[in-house]
Amino acid sequence: MKNLNMIFAGFGGQGVLFAGKVAAYAGLIENKEISWLPSYGPEMRGGTANCSVCISDEPIGSPLVTTPNVLVAMNLPSLDKFINTVEPGGTVLIDSSLIDKKVERIDLSVHYVPASAIAEEKGLKGLANMILVGKLFHEVCAANGDFGFCTRETLDQAIQKCVPARKAEMLDFNRQAVELGAACGI
Amino acid sequence: MKVLMKGNEALAEAAIRAGCHHFFGYPITPQTELAAYMAKRMPKVNGTYLQAESEIAAINMVLGASAAGIRAMTSSSSPGISLKSEGISYMAGSDLPALIINVQRGGPGLGGIQPSQSDYWQATKAGGHGDYQILVFAPSTVQEMVDLVSDAFDLADQYRIPSMILADGMLGQMMEPVELPEEGAKQPVEKTWAACGHENKREHNIINSLYLTPDKLESLVLERYERYEIIKKKEQRAEEYLTDDAELIVVAYGASARVARSAVNKLREQGQKVGLIRPITLWPFPVDTLKKAAAHTKQMLVVEMSMGQMVDDVKLSVDCKIPVSFYGRTGGMIPTPADVQAEIEKLLK
Repeated sequence: MKNLNMIFAGFGGQGVLFAGKVAAYAGLIENKEISWLPSYGPEMRGGTANCSVCISDEPIGSPLVTTPNVLVAMNLPSLDKFINTVEPGGTVLIDSSLIDKKVERIDLSVHYVPASAIAEEKGLKGLANMILVGKLFHEVCAANGDFGFCTRETLDQAIQKCVPARKAEMLDFNRQAVELGAACGI
Repeated sequence: MKVLMKGNEALAEAAIRAGCHHFFGYPITPQTELAAYMAKRMPKVNGTYLQAESEIAAINMVLGASAAGIRAMTSSSSPGISLKSEGISYMAGSDLPALIINVQRGGPGLGGIQPSQSDYWQATKAGGHGDYQILVFAPSTVQEMVDLVSDAFDLADQYRIPSMILADGMLGQMMEPVELPEEGAKQPVEKTWAACGHENKREHNIINSLYLTPDKLESLVLERYERYEIIKKKEQRAEEYLTDDAELIVVAYGASARVARSAVNKLREQGQKVGLIRPITLWPFPVDTLKKAAAHTKQMLVVEMSMGQMVDDVKLSVDCKIPVSFYGRTGGMIPTPADVQAEIEKLLK
């Protein structure tokens, strides 16, 4: 696979760090080299939260992603902050129920997923992040392209690793959200 | 199977598995997860987690625990280490082993909370007052953080000297897969010097750093410096990466070394002969590795997240026989591989 350098970004509480962790765990289960680096500090409190996730066959150098080939944006400030850093040809996933704007760049593959609206409608409030993860895996990670590295089973195991035991009841909701995301827009 | 862990949490778990059941700390970003993890885990191993009233109290609790012969540690970030430096000097002066972790952030003063390497001088030269050194380890991955914890404890015990792991906010906050060692590692040294209960079966031990007679104090310092010489001979560590045919060698440690490695890889793809030396011990500084490399390379570039605090050590190691340049960012800024690559390309022209 080609090196996958991802940024998950949104505001605090949307679960962007969790979404990144699921992706990182999927890489771990597939025996890839991986790193997960969060933004931390004041910017997390009320501002934008984001994390860098690298998945590769080679040891990871800098874990800080400065030119992502995948961007998951869950609010407008995040989209504005990172859209011009995405590598030409990169993939961008946008929660279109929270971001009205269309991406002007024409060298990117952009997916507008009304993740928050779907989550609300299906009784999965707070799981817009996992709907986007579902879409991400369908389009990029589980696909046959350059960046494909895992199966849906792997993703499922990764979710099991990331949902803490004390919130075991959330496991099925997370799975449902991923299913919805994967099926979205096909 | 490997688990995903934050650097801060991995350091904590590794310490517990290395037999450290006494942690004394005080919260500060970006090391707080370490203390939080200890707070959760220590009661489960019948250990002691104590959040002291200040950094100064915490380090002196470590001093007390270590004097009683048990493995103890503390952790902090840059401004907190400044406060702890008095206690570290007292431990050095009392020949006490302990592990101190510094998850560096930008300075000086309260500075910022983003990753930095601007405590190099503090760690390797001038933490507190007096003639003394401490062991300083600089991991660059979460796995290496785990591996170095038990080494840092063991060598501290062996030489009766404080050990420091000099990490930074990036390494502390990031998650990588790690393999943890088994619990209950063997501790190599019997601490016959410890000031602990002995039922009057031996002479009592005294742990002290106050010596008012100059010749006595001098002789103690000289004895300590003999140990430092042994450490300098035996304990230097560095990793060499693609240095054999390198015309330019980057010297970088910790998080900077990761960035530098990415730049080296990019340039190698383009056929440029560049390599990397990554000091793993900052004290003792890996003089031998650098000296050897200086004999077959043309120049070196030091890359740091500081204003160049390691440059002097590199220049001294290579006896100023080849040019040594510097590139760095500071204040919490992290250099990108592209920045480092551009700097190398400039030097190769």
